[in-house]
Amino acid sequence: MRFTRTKAAVAAAGLALSLAACGGDDGGGEDVEVAQDAEFEAGTTMAEIAERGTMTIGTKFDQPGFGLLGLDDVPEGFDVEVAKIIAGAMGVAEEDIEWKETPSEVREQVIEDGDVDLVAATYTINEERAQRISFAGPYYVAGQQLMVAADNDTISGPEDLADNPDMKVCSVTGSTPSENIREYLANNNQLVLFDVYDKCADALGNGQVDVVTTDNVILLGFVSESDGEFKLVGEQFTEEPYGIGIEKGDTAFCEFINETLADNEDAYIEAWERTAGEVEGTETPELPEPAECA
Amino acid sequence: MSRDRTESVLYDLPGPRARRRALVGTVLGLLLIAAALALVAMRLADRGQLDAELWSPWIDPSDEQFGAVWGLVRQGATATLIAASLAIACSLVVGVLLGVARMMLGRVLRVPVVLFIELFRGLPVVITIVFVWRAMVELKVDLGFLPGEAALWYLVIGLTLYNSVIIAEILRAGVLSLPRGQGEAARAIGMTERQTMSSILLPQAFRVMLPALISQLIVILKDTSLAAVIGLGYLELLRRGNQISQVLDNPIQSLFMVGAMFIVINFALSRLATYVERRLSHSSGSASAAEAVVPAT
Amino acid sequence: MEPVLDNLDLYWSGFLRSLGIIGWSLLGSMVLGTVLAAFRVSPVASLRAFGTAWVTLVRNCPLTIVLFFMAFGLPEVGVNASFYVFGVTGLVIYTSAFVCEALRSGINAVDRGQAEAARAIGLTFGQTMTQVVLPQAFRSAVPPLGSVQIAMFKNSAVVGAFGVGADLFSVGKTLTSAQGYAYIPVLTGVAIGYLVITLTAGVLLGLLERKVAIAR
Repeated sequence: MRFTRTKAAVAAAGLALSLAACGGDDGGGEDVEVAQDAEFEAGTTMAEIAERGTMTIGTKFDQPGFGLLGLDDVPEGFDVEVAKIIAGAMGVAEEDIEWKETPSEVREQVIEDGDVDLVAATYTINEERAQRISFAGPYYVAGQQLMVAADNDTISGPEDLADNPDMKVCSVTGSTPSENIREYLANNNQLVLFDVYDKCADALGNGQVDVVTTDNVILLGFVSESDGEFKLVGEQFTEEPYGIGIEKGDTAFCEFINETLADNEDAYIEAWERTAGEVEGTETPELPEPAECA
Repeated sequence: MSRDRTESVLYDLPGPRARRRALVGTVLGLLLIAAALALVAMRLADRGQLDAELWSPWIDPSDEQFGAVWGLVRQGATATLIAASLAIACSLVVGVLLGVARMMLGRVLRVPVVLFIELFRGLPVVITIVFVWRAMVELKVDLGFLPGEAALWYLVIGLTLYNSVIIAEILRAGVLSLPRGQGEAARAIGMTERQTMSSILLPQAFRVMLPALISQLIVILKDTSLAAVIGLGYLELLRRGNQISQVLDNPIQSLFMVGAMFIVINFALSRLATYVERRLSHSSGSASAAEAVVPAT
Repeated sequence: MEPVLDNLDLYWSGFLRSLGIIGWSLLGSMVLGTVLAAFRVSPVASLRAFGTAWVTLVRNCPLTIVLFFMAFGLPEVGVNASFYVFGVTGLVIYTSAFVCEALRSGINAVDRGQAEAARAIGLTFGQTMTQVVLPQAFRSAVPPLGSVQIAMFKNSAVVGAFGVGADLFSVGKTLTSAQGYAYIPVLTGVAIGYLVITLTAGVLLGLLERKVAIAR
């Protein structure tokens, strides 16, 4: 596969950059603002966190661009940077954050159990989840799309999938995209599920599967690394607002997060450009209008 | 192992012609294997899979990622060994209890033990692990009193449920393989059932079981890697390999190295099992009796 | 048990799919394992070495890694097939090493007088093996072979975790992560499916063992 080399080079460059950054100062890395004298109303989650001075944050460890565990064992990505902005506003520096892996299946659970202060993990806001936890944000709106091999002229949108039942569609176990796509399929055998999207991309390169589907930003990453082997087809057929998962009913914390993001739009944009936005073809998002905290 | 004897018994001592034929066969076979390997290597080279940049983080100490990669491998290997050691220790304790219970309880009391054994022996271990994990989460079982992360214990408990029943069966086979006279003599000198079991039968059965136990450890080591497949979030060796391959985008190379590590560790353990078995077979009866019951797959 | 009863058709198709994986793997691993066992006792040194290397490597490697190699390694050497075929092939390769060892122990158990007599009446190695030794070896290898294959039936669940899709284990994943059913009832249904397979196989194996256990 040709695109693997480019990707390795990109990864190596990224690592070299981050190493250089580490050499520059005391290991703080990027310049996320850390509030020195944050004060909060007593009894709020923010006051508690500011008092404690540390945070535990759930994110993905295997999602390139959003939350990917690096060789230095620290996750990198847009979700991670957004979480750092929020932590910084409560006076928690990034070295005081403990990152906890939260795969799709366990996100509600860790919030309910109080194992984490918040979850930023490509976490699509939906009704079902909102019954167990609360969402701040959204901080980003993704949309699901299809990726196929460049020479595939058969599939031009999700509507074509049912007419081509031999074509295999790849996504990740338990993810929202894997559920959204089902209604377009001829049968369940058409769907191939893996633990990470990297494998879907490999499988597409090998001809094991014919279509990979997930949120467009993730797909764009693969397209740009493929040296023209892959392409996106069709329009985005869903809207996936990513939210910050917090304990159910913590309205004050939810409002604080929304305000923090609104106050730090520059840091937000910079975070995007440094992570998911590095991928060719992505557009820098505007901070979406937050939903009401309930 | 009576391999040499059996092999020679299957064919005559080769004469000059047969030797020549065997030699020709050997050379042809070697050529065929070499050709197949060369073909694989060529194909891999074609696809760029032998490129230095994909391998050097693994094998070149001067590569800037070499240290980080092997640091992660060390953590992963430690996590794998911790999970496997805990699982074999727990399995041994639970397995002995189950085995003894099955042998000593009466016809009726034995039923739940037998059911437990048949249940977990019949279930795929990957299902057992997922079940333990999800059921404990759903029922909000708090494992906070145990050291280490919850994911480790889900894995250990799942592995223990499966392997303890295997050990119970190995133990039973070990006791059954002892000469009947052992138990009879113990009872004849007035020992109770419990004394017979604990001071006569079990100690001998343990000796007989040892190679089978080591083989079971290999099974457990291999099964810890199931954590990476079900998304348990326990960072053992295979998961670390996946982490490395995701950052460096070299899945083939990383899997090759991780696979090689598993093979080396397990091969050493299997040699140990054979060695122990040979040493034991000098003194006591049939060490392989216990092993034959449950092949270590 | 509502989630199970509501989706009985899904479970049933998953059950059949698992049986398919198991059936092909059973066939493949028996054939490959027998060839390997013949290699390991053959007079040709390179074949013996190949058999030994195969068994040593495969037996000590986790099935998960064997399957990873099938799905992502084989395409790199130009072999392409569906994940279903790769999954079955991986399971065949993994199980073949254990089949080979079970058979070899069976060959070892055949009285040496049998092979000696066969040689004495002038049979070649091939004839000795196919006419005299292997038929008896299969017979005494039935119990270990049976255990190996039942273990393979259980290992087929790991193949299901590998994107083969729609087998019994995948059905469980679909119902829980996709449709939001509670895990305990759904997985209980999956477990029952596997128990039906393994316990039935255990009973059949017992019958078979009794049938082949002729007086010797």
